[in-house]
Amino acid sequence: MGTLRKVGRRAFLIGSAAIAGGVAFGTFMVARPHANPLEDGLAEDEATFNPWVKISADRITLITPHADIGQGVVHMQATLIAEELDLDHGQFLTEYGPPSPAYYNHAFAAEGAPFLSTDTSLGAETARAALGAFVKVTGLQGTGGSTSTPDSFDKLRQAGAVARETLKLAAAEVSGIAVNELKTESGAVVLPDGTRLPYTDLAATAATLDPVQQVTLRSPDRWRLIGKPSERRDVVAKSTGRQLYGIDLEVPGMVHATVRTNPRRAAMLGYDASAARDMPGVRDIIEITNGIAVLADNTWRAFQAARAVEIDWAPAPYPPEQADHWAEVARSFTEDRLDRLWRDIGDAGAALSAAEVIEAEYRTPYVAHQPLEPLNAIVRVTDDGAEVWTGHQTPGFLQQVVADVTGHEPDAVVFHNQHSGGSFGHRLELDFVRQAAEIATRLSGTPIKMTYAREEDFVQDFPRHIGMARGRGAIRDGQVRTIDIQVAAVSALRSQFRRLGQPSPGPDLQIPAGVWNAPYGNLSDFRVRAYAVPELAPTSSWRSVGASSGGFYIESFLDELIRAAGADPIDERLRLIDSPVAAEVLRTVAEMSDWGAPLGEGKGRGVALVESFGVPVAEVVEVTNTPDGIRVDKVWVAADAGMIVDPVNTENQIQGGVVWGLGHAINSEVTYSDGIAQQTNYHAAEGMRLYQTPQIEVRTLTNNRTVRGIGEPPVPPAAPALANAIFDATGQRLREMPFHNFIRFV
Amino acid sequence: MRITVNGTSHEVDVEPDMPLLWVLRDELGLTGTKYGCGIAQCGACTVHVDGLAVRACQHPIGTLDGARITTIEGLGEEDSVHPVQRAWIETQVAQCGYCQSGQIMQAISLLEGDPNPSDETIDRLMSGNLCRCGTYPRIRAAVRLAASRMGA
Repeated sequence: MGTLRKVGRRAFLIGSAAIAGGVAFGTFMVARPHANPLEDGLAEDEATFNPWVKISADRITLITPHADIGQGVVHMQATLIAEELDLDHGQFLTEYGPPSPAYYNHAFAAEGAPFLSTDTSLGAETARAALGAFVKVTGLQGTGGSTSTPDSFDKLRQAGAVARETLKLAAAEVSGIAVNELKTESGAVVLPDGTRLPYTDLAATAATLDPVQQVTLRSPDRWRLIGKPSERRDVVAKSTGRQLYGIDLEVPGMVHATVRTNPRRAAMLGYDASAARDMPGVRDIIEITNGIAVLADNTWRAFQAARAVEIDWAPAPYPPEQADHWAEVARSFTEDRLDRLWRDIGDAGAALSAAEVIEAEYRTPYVAHQPLEPLNAIVRVTDDGAEVWTGHQTPGFLQQVVADVTGHEPDAVVFHNQHSGGSFGHRLELDFVRQAAEIATRLSGTPIKMTYAREEDFVQDFPRHIGMARGRGAIRDGQVRTIDIQVAAVSALRSQFRRLGQPSPGPDLQIPAGVWNAPYGNLSDFRVRAYAVPELAPTSSWRSVGASSGGFYIESFLDELIRAAGADPIDERLRLIDSPVAAEVLRTVAEMSDWGAPLGEGKGRGVALVESFGVPVAEVVEVTNTPDGIRVDKVWVAADAGMIVDPVNTENQIQGGVVWGLGHAINSEVTYSDGIAQQTNYHAAEGMRLYQTPQIEVRTLTNNRTVRGIGEPPVPPAAPALANAIFDATGQRLREMPFHNFIRFV
Repeated sequence: MRITVNGTSHEVDVEPDMPLLWVLRDELGLTGTKYGCGIAQCGACTVHVDGLAVRACQHPIGTLDGARITTIEGLGEEDSVHPVQRAWIETQVAQCGYCQSGQIMQAISLLEGDPNPSDETIDRLMSGNLCRCGTYPRIRAAVRLAASRMGA
């Protein structure tokens, strides 16, 4: 299996070319289930029914393999299992479980296939199935792309049902009563006379049975937990300071460490640590790849000493000045850099040559992730293997990286995943893990806890890619007829795969994300071309990835065309939409906001509709043009992610996504000078603070044909809806983020 | 020097310029107070010193001899939490939760100074506390909920 996994990982890629590799492994491998990783670590008389449930005489443990980076997926996963297993919140523990191919993420496949989410044709479904089979064979475990809920929704309910039916079988064996006369309720099997046999009492018997595999899932009208408000498992711990994050852990005997590596992502030419070595608490200063690590007896002392080291850095392998980055993007709209023609309805070329063309150009900057918990990891390396404590979204890749550094096999890398103080894509990266493993290898046997100073975290962040779009369009008779839009961007995915040492051939779906899949199939002509800019500064996936830029391009340009045509921004979009689900989202937000009602003095409104990760989200933003600048007053949001597992958290995620989208659109960018990111702490890139936060009213719809995730889709419409509102209020069109470079905000 | 943290007196033997934040976290093992920025830009390390909310990353321990310090751990046990924490739990404010210790300590200080704060006051006095997840709508709601109860 090891070899196959290795081959599979190497061949894995997101895009159509992966399908050919996937089916090569044949149907036998695809059909065979992965081994249950829990079987290795069971206590005596503890039963495991599948990779998600284990029960002993004193506890019920649910395995929730998707990483909680603040989006609430531990609660979501536990809710799905508990629903079918007839457990109440509070009756069980949760664990992340070990890294294992059994926890492969089948929903990565739906996102990887280059078909519209509304496309249910044989070709689209075949591609999704083939890619899904491929992900299963490779055992790619991961959290991201708003896939946790779609990956878990059926699988974890099934896991709960299997455990329930097996416990009933155990109860039948113990009681002598037929299975069909038994019920389950609140953590126990209930006999016909009302006697309750707690699951924990049945564990020893259940451990001797083969799990029942033929189970029926409950119909939604019988759900007790799914779709109902509940108290998130971690909300008390997170309101009392008791929630432990990776940065709070202590492993006996550990040494604190911090690093400084080349902020230009190149070699270290030399360093002088003589002053730093004599500082209080410093144990050692060692050289690591591209920089130094300080070992000390306290985090702050490590920070102080790291600052005191004088270091000579090599120049950047990319253009040192920001203007040169933009120039490279601007010259990428060429045939030889064409990544793919993604959409081609009608004949945009002919239509535009025969019409008065409206043109506009848009830019989206690099932006840092910067979750509030700085990157950190505890690693211990011994002769037999390695142990890692940190929060991470791709456990398999983490094992591989630590294996590469230490020379151990990936299976000898024990990983304890931790709750993260945010990620937004940051904890997909592995450089910090590699660095911690390097340090720990040098201190064989001693655990080291490496913590980034905030400034190091900023300059070593892999920001969102930069990009530009050029729109050309035509209107006629008060209607928008033709959109021809070209997007040129650095490929963040290729940048990430390069750092993993993996190839990523095939077009990058994230370059035109939000644009190519815009639901405006009723345009007479709609052409979307994507151009791949050669990598400049290394970049990464940033909450909502390509759509955070693409949504801004298409929804701003469409708004310009609609205004030029003299049409209503919602009515004209509705005319152009060919997706009933998206149309209903837009109609809903119009109703919520009482769109069309007269506005007060100085006010303006804008709307945007973007589909990302299969979820159409429409937002209306209302602003006031005050003497001191633009004030964002209110946002209405309608989103359709299908079935909602956790309504409270869904609202919180949507509001947070809007804040994320607005805050960075207004305030944040990363720019390079002398090859170094110029923004080194929150004073220079703060996103949104409370005083700028509007009221945010949310409604969710359930017409989507599949269950989807909600962590990212609320982000992309926020920036264009705000830009469109500002145009409505002021007549000023914002075509580049961050907006505060061009207009004042309150 | 000697400081009192959550009612317990501690003799701390470190260099006087070490910020309170790191004395709490690395020397006393009180990890509920978080490191976010180190330059008073995020508020994750907010604690009370002699009853006032301050950023623990900005206060060298040498300036705090004899001070009474309260951290999130000192507010109450899980079954008898502070009314502001109760409001935070009921409103389900937290997402990643990393900033919330600081938010709660700031909110308590705000309400002690102004039991009936206007929306403008809440906006102004809570804006030094960054929340990257964007839980601000719920933070506002929780502060109002706590105010309505504490004032009553």
